[in-house]
Amino acid sequence: MKKNRNVGVIGVGQSKYSSHREEVNQPEMIHEAVVAALNHSGITLDDVDCIVHGNMELFEMVHQPDLWHTLGTGSYGKETLRVTTGGTTGATLVAVADQLVASGLHDVVMAIGFEKLQEGHTTGGITNMADPLWARQLQTGALTGMTAADVIEEFGEQRAKMASMKYRIIMDKHAMKNDKAHRRLGLEFDQAEDLAKNSPALVGELRMIHMCSQSDGACVMIFASEEKAKQFCKQPAWIKDHVTVHREESFCIFGEPDYVTSHRYAAEKLFGRNGITDPLNQIDMFEMYDPSSWWGLDWIREFLMLEGDSHIKMIENGDICIDGKFPINPSGGVTASNPIGATAMVRVAEAALQIMGDAGEHQIPKPVNQAMASGFGGTMWTVLFLLTKDVPW
Amino acid sequence: MARKVGICAIAQTTYEKNKWGARFQEMALEVLESIQQQTGVDFSETGITMSISVSDDVFDARTISDNAMTDVLGAHLGCEEKIAQEGIQALYYGLAAIQSGHEDVVLIVGHCKESQGKSRNMVTHLAFDPFFTRPVGLDFCAAAGLQAQAYAMKSGIGDEELARIVVRSSENAVKNPMLPEAKKLTMKEVMASPMIADPIRALHAYPVSDGAVGMLLVAEDRVKEFTDTPVWIKGVGNCMDSFFMGDRNLASNFALKKAAQIAYKRAGIDNPGKAFDIIEVSDQYAYQQPMWMEGLGIIDDGKGNEWIKKDGPQKNNVNISGGTLAGSPLLLGGLVRAAEAAIQLKGEAGDRQVANAKTALAHGVMGPAGQFHSIAVLERG
Repeated sequence: MKKNRNVGVIGVGQSKYSSHREEVNQPEMIHEAVVAALNHSGITLDDVDCIVHGNMELFEMVHQPDLWHTLGTGSYGKETLRVTTGGTTGATLVAVADQLVASGLHDVVMAIGFEKLQEGHTTGGITNMADPLWARQLQTGALTGMTAADVIEEFGEQRAKMASMKYRIIMDKHAMKNDKAHRRLGLEFDQAEDLAKNSPALVGELRMIHMCSQSDGACVMIFASEEKAKQFCKQPAWIKDHVTVHREESFCIFGEPDYVTSHRYAAEKLFGRNGITDPLNQIDMFEMYDPSSWWGLDWIREFLMLEGDSHIKMIENGDICIDGKFPINPSGGVTASNPIGATAMVRVAEAALQIMGDAGEHQIPKPVNQAMASGFGGTMWTVLFLLTKDVPW
Repeated sequence: MARKVGICAIAQTTYEKNKWGARFQEMALEVLESIQQQTGVDFSETGITMSISVSDDVFDARTISDNAMTDVLGAHLGCEEKIAQEGIQALYYGLAAIQSGHEDVVLIVGHCKESQGKSRNMVTHLAFDPFFTRPVGLDFCAAAGLQAQAYAMKSGIGDEELARIVVRSSENAVKNPMLPEAKKLTMKEVMASPMIADPIRALHAYPVSDGAVGMLLVAEDRVKEFTDTPVWIKGVGNCMDSFFMGDRNLASNFALKKAAQIAYKRAGIDNPGKAFDIIEVSDQYAYQQPMWMEGLGIIDDGKGNEWIKKDGPQKNNVNISGGTLAGSPLLLGGLVRAAEAAIQLKGEAGDRQVANAKTALAHGVMGPAGQFHSIAVLERG
């Protein structure tokens, strides 16, 4: 799908992610990431034409928070747009910024995703998503043990539990290399048996250690037209394409015989229109929105359109490690840091940093020419991105 | 040069104080079915490939308020994104999505049920920061009162002129079938209505409103598949002012002037005073109608009071629909204004039709004392 013009990522800024950012208020926390992104791109606020903002407002209970956040975003006197789609918000903001620049309306757009989960009740907030008449009794926040049960049924208890725990420990080893990450536990592979047995159970075999964190933090990305990107940045990360796929909310109430996940559906579309027939070899790394290590494990198969147990083997063989054949989440992923309105943007931002070669200690030790990033939210919603090192068109 | 974008269909529910018989999904479905009926569009690969919704988590009391809308917006295994801002911003984003080359056919559906909350002032109270301004007890109505005071000082507008704006709005509203609860008001009724945020009286404020509104946006090369009478989006522009009201000159129209300047530049408009056959401004409170007209550069700065006295609103065809003052939800104000302007340009406005309307301006506003403004310039195809 050829765009009106090419769009490149020229700057990324992230605040420190933590369970409690009590020393800053919301605009101050956002400002931290704004300054970092401006510094990374080498431009000033005067160069920015439009600011795109998003989060999930019921977490902090601030109505239209972009109004107050003007103090930290720098949107005073500028054009703005506020778009939210739940967990996918951060990825949606990237799609929005991409289109604002590609359309020719703007040359430079700054996108801001944030959340300060400490200031609200996350599980209560998420439960409030379900229909008050039909589904709220069934909703358990973001906690679902269904995938754990499915994976155990398909691959046997021992293999499933060990693969899921290995996935979790790999993610923690990656997070140890990322100084922005919220949870850096220093886990070792020989702890797998112990953790699988003794980490507190949440729902069935979904245990505390598997689950993502609740974080405070903000992520900012700066996008520019081809002309401006080349002017400001030595190696921009180009946004080649993105696909958004939602699902109806009560999809599981009445059962569904031929269940296609939104992940596989989005991947098929993205690969189809970009000539990708062998994702494992054509794509160099993947930043995946993995809300728990059970989902992370299961979704590798969906996003890469694999069959059978090849996704489990990728984990068992260490292929997904930062120095493996197909690195996944060198940043540590969502189990390490999860400021929800920013989380999906962090995925795209981290993939962009890998292409730009600016990921620092968690830079993959091989060339990254093509990267994929996913956002997840709502009732199994997906936004899937393809980023490239070379200008797409 | 990016391709043009046309509005091919417009649909609205009626706006009422309490649509208790319909959940918000049902209001949206009414809008979708009307758009499908008008254009024959569907959700196949050659139909709507992207839906933009407009709603608000706090007004809906639902986390991810668009989550409940997936089926109505045809987004099952499809794309939907929610504008969580003034509704007219959906036009802004829809324009970009099509001009970027990423989409050809975009559906916009906005909904809001102000009646669901105990008080809409409780909702807008939450827009204030929890440290300095929320403890004072501010909400958008109280903030508007402060701005109205500042504007009265600048323009000399008084109780009688404000009442005149409300009476005219009510006279226009009774001709608008989307406003079944409208009734003609007299000067006496308006001037005797209770003061809610001095100088704003109860009848100077838009009524609590429920309703939904939608549009179909299509790339110029495919417009003919859906309508013979498209309305083109000629230019858009918006601007954000500073947050703390003490940091602003409340009567200066800083953000609106800048938003208008951007939109006029994109639309190629040099003389806004003479450019528009139809003007729809978001007048949530009576004082805003003349004040926003100054900010838009259609009348001179500080001359709003004289403009009202000289029957300016009628001469300029301002808010022939009745305006926001006659009833449309806060969140959708600007999108409803754009819908009304587009209906006029399409020549489908019935009893309220203005003859030969070619160019129109629609305006939306959000935030305390007009912190954020967004504008769209539309043109008959």
